[in-house]
Amino acid sequence: MNYPSGREQFKSFSFVLPAFAIFAFFYIMPFFYTFWLALHRGSEISSLGFVGLSNFRDILFHDKEWWASVGRSFYISFWALTFQNFLAFILALAVDKAVRTGKIYRVVFFLLPVLSEIIIGLLVRNLLVPYPGVFNHFLHQIGLSSLAHDWLNNPDFALRTLAFTHCWRGFGWGFIILLAGLQTIPQELYEASRVDGANAFQRFTKITVPLLMPVIFLVIILTILGTVQVIGLPMALTRGGPAGKTTVSVLKILNDLNNSHAGYASAEGLVLGFILICVSFSLLKISKKFKP
Amino acid sequence: MKDKAKKTFYLLIIHIFLISVALSCVFPFLWMINASLKSNTEFVSDYGFSLPHHFSLVNYIAAFRDGHLGMFFLNSMLYTFFGVLGIVIISSLAGYAVSRLQFRGRNFIFALFLAAMMIPIPAAFVPLYVLLKGVGLLNTRLGYILAMINVGLSLSIYLYKTFFDQIPRDLEDAARIDGCGKLRIWWYVMFPLARPATGVVVIFNALNVWNEFVLALLIFSKRGLMPLQVGLMDFASSGVGLTQYTVLMAGLTIASLPIIVVYLVMQKHIIKGITSGALVG
Repeated sequence: MNYPSGREQFKSFSFVLPAFAIFAFFYIMPFFYTFWLALHRGSEISSLGFVGLSNFRDILFHDKEWWASVGRSFYISFWALTFQNFLAFILALAVDKAVRTGKIYRVVFFLLPVLSEIIIGLLVRNLLVPYPGVFNHFLHQIGLSSLAHDWLNNPDFALRTLAFTHCWRGFGWGFIILLAGLQTIPQELYEASRVDGANAFQRFTKITVPLLMPVIFLVIILTILGTVQVIGLPMALTRGGPAGKTTVSVLKILNDLNNSHAGYASAEGLVLGFILICVSFSLLKISKKFKP
Repeated sequence: MKDKAKKTFYLLIIHIFLISVALSCVFPFLWMINASLKSNTEFVSDYGFSLPHHFSLVNYIAAFRDGHLGMFFLNSMLYTFFGVLGIVIISSLAGYAVSRLQFRGRNFIFALFLAAMMIPIPAAFVPLYVLLKGVGLLNTRLGYILAMINVGLSLSIYLYKTFFDQIPRDLEDAARIDGCGKLRIWWYVMFPLARPATGVVVIFNALNVWNEFVLALLIFSKRGLMPLQVGLMDFASSGVGLTQYTVLMAGLTIASLPIIVVYLVMQKHIIKGITSGALVG
């Protein structure tokens, strides 16, 4: 390629300079700095001592709390991937069929993702507290008292409550993307297959699902990235409690940072980042196999 | 005839399902608004679904006074406005450059911006805190706005670049023959043409900045600077927020109602913007 003169090139480069400068300070420097911090330990930033890889050794092999918090993040992701996306898919299919009223449902289902995690978290918290929470009250009124629980403070239920709330808040995302995907499938394909005598189930498995595969994988990746990094909802809903039972990995990192373990928290961030990159790359690999 | 009955039956099942999910989305907010209009004593004895005996806005006044929600609201508006403005200007400049201008390292820089979308935020926020502290941007409005601009850049540059790639070069050439420089071509030709892309960028990022929480938590410890989301958390864990449910509900209503209204008015654009933003990202 023939480049223009150096002066012209510099002029052109100045267009990306503001973006590049912000980017360098907020992404590139922190990125390399993380590695440096992760090799150090100390209560104050000014008095960090070099400890080599021992942060990583402790995280990987000794820190049960860390792996428990990662496990919680993936527990929520599991339900988000299965329950939340399944619900989103069913709803998208239903709305795609019910064309006339589809618009209203689209607006209603996307209301929750538009509102912040904090608003949703605080609201749901107040619906679920034992007293005066209206959810248990509702269960009592319809005669299902046996189902009423202390949703937020019972260690057996807190994480499930968090996972379910997350799914409830997030299904609108998958729904709206899947619906957009469904509406790009040309109707002629369905008509042609109907002429050829395919039944509804065959049309679904042979046309809808294969053509929707790229969108489905997009939703899967967005779900995992969005769920593992979730922090506002657990903070607003359960504040990590009871007894740390809902402390997800990002919350643990933030707690360690606040407790003056900057080096250790950096190493945890790197471990989590590495896990996430591995997961999304392997998903991308798998999705390539499904390309029509 | 039998076929038609079967079809109606299916449609009925579908609609019952859709309506019940829709109710689960709407109901909590109706309950929230209803509770916010009751007095605290009335609420404590009857926190169910009944309507308030006396319609009163006392809780709203209390929420503004004790929760400082007005201040947090203004802060959020400030951050959202300047954050989005910064993102639009900086990313359309950069998007134009990586789409049309020639300079060494162009593709590398574009790839760098894309790669950033893959870096998970938790891996970077510890050093970000330390770096911001080091340059004195911790606890400043500027620091937070710059951080939010950074979060929005990658996707927005990508959106602008793909949009500029589709615009025919003739218009630019005409402007160039008339003696326009690169900067003027960007401002008078390319940026106005990119209005659909700008719409998506604005909607996507406005929502993102308005709802952002973690970076604000990291950067601000001064109460007067906090955006609404952090302010709400602060309010919810304060004495009033923990004991006066109805005041907290009024606070949540104040925080969510404007968003709901804006969303309902602009839902067509918002849903379209979000969908296209997510589909390319």
